[in-house]
Amino acid sequence: MTTRLFGEPVPRREDPRLLTGRGRYLDDLGAGALEAAFVRSPHARARILDIDVSAAIEVEGLVAIYTWEDLPEEVGAPLPLLIPHPALTRGRTARPLARDVVRHVGEPVVMVVARDRYLAEDACALIRVDYEPAEAVVGVEEATRSARLVHDDVPGNVGAHLVQEVPSAAGLGAREAIDAAPHTLSFRLDIERSASMPLEGRGVYARWDADDRSLRIYSSTQTSTSVRMAVAARLGLPLTKVEVIAPDVGGGFGVKIVHPWPEEVLVPWAAMLLGREVKWTEDRREHFVSSAHERAQVQHVRVGFDDAGRVLGLDVTILHDHGAYTPYGIIVPIITATQLPGPYRLGAYRVEFSSVYTNTVQVTPYRGAGRPQAAFCMERTMDRIAAHLGLDRTAVREANFIQPDEFPYDQGLTFQDGRPLIYDSGDYPESLRMLKELIGWDSFGELRARAAAEGRRLGIGLGCYVEGTGVGPYEGGHVQITSDGRVHVSTGLTSQGQGHETAFAQIAAAELGVPLERVSVVTGDTRRFGYAVGTFASRAAVMSGNAIALACRRVREKALRIAADALEADPGDLEIVDGEVRVAGTPGVAVPLATVAVLANPLRYAFDAETARATQFAGTPSPDRPPVAEGEEPGLEGRDYYSPIRSTFASGMHAAIVETDPLTAEIRVLRYAVVHDCGNLVNPMIVEGQIHGGVAQGVGGALYERMVYDEHGQLLNASFMDFLMPYVTEVPRIETAHLRTPSPLNPLGIKGAGEAGVIPVSAVIASAVEDAEGIRIDRMPISPSELFDLRRAAG
Amino acid sequence: MKPPPFEYHAPRSVAEAMEVLAAAGPEGKVLAGGQSLIPLLNMRLVAPGHLVDVNRLTELDTVEAEPGGVRVGALARHARVERSAGAAAAQPLLRQALRLVAHPVIRNRGTVVGSLVHADPAAELPAVLALLGGSVRLARPGAVRDVPAAGFFTGPLESAAEPGELAVSAFFPALGPRCGTAFHEVARRHGDYALAGVAALVSLDDGLRVTAARAVCVSAGPVPVVVDVTGHVAGTSPAVVSGAAVSGAAGTGTSGAGAFADGWAAAARAVAGRVEPEDDIHASAAYRRHLTCVLAERALREAAASAADDVGTRR
Repeated sequence: MTTRLFGEPVPRREDPRLLTGRGRYLDDLGAGALEAAFVRSPHARARILDIDVSAAIEVEGLVAIYTWEDLPEEVGAPLPLLIPHPALTRGRTARPLARDVVRHVGEPVVMVVARDRYLAEDACALIRVDYEPAEAVVGVEEATRSARLVHDDVPGNVGAHLVQEVPSAAGLGAREAIDAAPHTLSFRLDIERSASMPLEGRGVYARWDADDRSLRIYSSTQTSTSVRMAVAARLGLPLTKVEVIAPDVGGGFGVKIVHPWPEEVLVPWAAMLLGREVKWTEDRREHFVSSAHERAQVQHVRVGFDDAGRVLGLDVTILHDHGAYTPYGIIVPIITATQLPGPYRLGAYRVEFSSVYTNTVQVTPYRGAGRPQAAFCMERTMDRIAAHLGLDRTAVREANFIQPDEFPYDQGLTFQDGRPLIYDSGDYPESLRMLKELIGWDSFGELRARAAAEGRRLGIGLGCYVEGTGVGPYEGGHVQITSDGRVHVSTGLTSQGQGHETAFAQIAAAELGVPLERVSVVTGDTRRFGYAVGTFASRAAVMSGNAIALACRRVREKALRIAADALEADPGDLEIVDGEVRVAGTPGVAVPLATVAVLANPLRYAFDAETARATQFAGTPSPDRPPVAEGEEPGLEGRDYYSPIRSTFASGMHAAIVETDPLTAEIRVLRYAVVHDCGNLVNPMIVEGQIHGGVAQGVGGALYERMVYDEHGQLLNASFMDFLMPYVTEVPRIETAHLRTPSPLNPLGIKGAGEAGVIPVSAVIASAVEDAEGIRIDRMPISPSELFDLRRAAG
Repeated sequence: MKPPPFEYHAPRSVAEAMEVLAAAGPEGKVLAGGQSLIPLLNMRLVAPGHLVDVNRLTELDTVEAEPGGVRVGALARHARVERSAGAAAAQPLLRQALRLVAHPVIRNRGTVVGSLVHADPAAELPAVLALLGGSVRLARPGAVRDVPAAGFFTGPLESAAEPGELAVSAFFPALGPRCGTAFHEVARRHGDYALAGVAALVSLDDGLRVTAARAVCVSAGPVPVVVDVTGHVAGTSPAVVSGAAVSGAAGTGTSGAGAFADGWAAAARAVAGRVEPEDDIHASAAYRRHLTCVLAERALREAAASAADDVGTRR
């Protein structure tokens, strides 16, 4: 028997390469290519009066300088609005280079191409751009009040406004239900900006083949197929003449799903124009001010509940900071609005958001994509209810949980894929039971008392969430077994460190009955697979995992059919074990898959002894049938797609014990516990790694990271000196337990896990700090200095 | 983030380095560990015409005990000084401070003398040199001078080193008998520049009575701020110096363990009263001042306890 591969903690096959410096990231490619650098706006809101490049032209090694005026119409047009939505009545996107107005610090104004990046930056430093600066619009509340406009034709700076309302079973609207409730609370919550901040920034490297009139683009992207379509359209090239390859990508976390970036259009365009290879590698400062941020929201909450803490009505109004542009539509606030109810059955729910333009970097999804804000809102609400009623925080949650026998559970909302938000499976009471046991919720009082006796201050907190994962429309998989017995798997979506080379190989090896070592996986290369959506929204395992499984099943079926002929057996009696097709229960009657692959491809020409078996004089099975039968194709390969009817809903619950220093107000996470349900696990080690990374980013968002803009729209902490991502020393050890409620929606019964770790962390830490301090926490992140201020204010 | 053009020099001897620097004048900048200079260059915040790389001057890679102290050569990395048993024996504050300097990978490259010349008021080593009353040796062709710490740090990122001068070494006075030191910091993340930090030096007499107590603060003003608090604690009773009263949990500044504890609290308040922190994106000035007070009391008590241990050992 082969090892059972699906569900095993197989070590990641990509790690030796990635961890020993043998990864090939964007900047490792294209040595010798010309390099681009950009002059970017130093102002948040300004009119461009003049651009003087005369001094820069003297720089030795300079190749070209481009301003907006140099761009052909289709290249210089505004970038696409990727996800239109009826509520986004005033969607706006940037041009690759600013035409006459800049709307945030960091917006590209001039592109310089030179022999190397050093010279390109020397030239940038000599280009004089004459601006007429204006007062900036910073902060969502100011944006809605201000007479200043980010876009002249967007009054009130509101790009989108959307209301969703789910009445109670009795037909009451949320506001009526709240008014009629025995208890009501209303309060305001704030979440600040953070960002994906992958260690490798963006980057593009383009090669134009003037003889073949074809373009190859390497991009550090989360979607090579869509970059290909977008760039081909912009540059007027036939799709078949454009290839896009995502090489090793050093993290994405959402920011690299946005496309085409200005540089993704301009670098290939310049490569074509110049007939030279051109490369641009984003530096850290550029990433801070020229890519995308997320998270910032102001939430106004009103909730009505009964004596048991059951929510009878919840009304949330969200001001969502969208920055200067909306290339990714309003996906982030839609996710906040629709994932807010979490694992709870709310009596009635109304949610309204306004998506507001500000003169800051645009906002697009960052791991969690609106859900951390949603969980913060819902879980802070649960804690408030518990505090108001004097109930244990877990009891209030239990009182509101959707029960295991209520699935599928329709929340009555429209999700980010435009489809009904229906939870497919889950067991929230069991998840909470496991969490309480893991963290020791019921015995925490003793721990707290012991610590207090030593002058230490501890608190415990928790947070729950439900996450829609595996969003469509589809992914595909292609599986080919070659005559050497190797299995080649490809899928169109990209990898940014998720371990796809391992997880997808496990799926293929398990489905085909071959050893893992024989399977290789290629992702994100349009030469191998042209149809795909991309890697985001915790969807790769669900979408490509299932597509690859389905493709493998086609290959397996064909292999059994061919082997049955060769073995003169019934396909139903065959099994594939260790790469051999065998007659079950009859030892020795077997044919290797390598041979099946040879037989699957009738040949005229032999090139070795093995392939000679498939040539025309080697004994065709039947001279009366065509060598390739009707409905068959040569080769042992299969392609299939997985396109779900709707998303599958993973869930999780986290708890933490924190210690706050009575004197210095430092906040330390002593323990962090995660109960996680993503259905069946392809590889539990990879899932745990995803959770660990997510929690680490969540700790960053809860205690360290913020984008500090001043009133002029200047980002004051645009470096790793001052934007505080947690080091390993700041991330607690993470204890995990898995609950498995398989998804009924897909063949493998899996749900996504990529974003899980990050979602509830701010809610959990707020809950725990509040518990330790007895001071209400309604704004995250929180720093020691802010806790010190809160203590003083509390007297 | 690429540096502007500069001319690169890699002298093979101190004499050659001094000549190159002298010729470069105000356009010259010394590259040692590069842990501050390289980021500044890459962000184009500095644009020296000449970069003089001293990494080949192995004759400056020295940590030597001298009568009365430790002399650290210009090429001695933080990590080397941190691990030097001789340096730790002569002046334990060096190791106490170096453990707080950034991260091991940075300490493997960065140099002690480079940190002093960089003169960042948020850095630990300038504070140590100021507290101990050490000095920096500056050399130019035909002239060598020792500048005492009190006159060396002239402003944020400004030192008494003049264009054309090479800082060849620094001298840290040894810890005297019946003396103790401590260094306490609070940083946002492990290894970050401190929001507030206090190093303390306390001397006792044979009867365990305090004869001198001084503290120095980082991130508290344009240059390291040394505060003499002897007046608050001089001659006070030895009995409560060590033991429970020293363990960090004690004292919000008012939790009295008798008059002696109040003395330390008053000393800490005096230290905090001398600092001039500013609001920034990481912390408010009020919080930094509060932290300085808390850390000053912790550092002073620990230094006193250490001094008492020294007395105990000598007996």
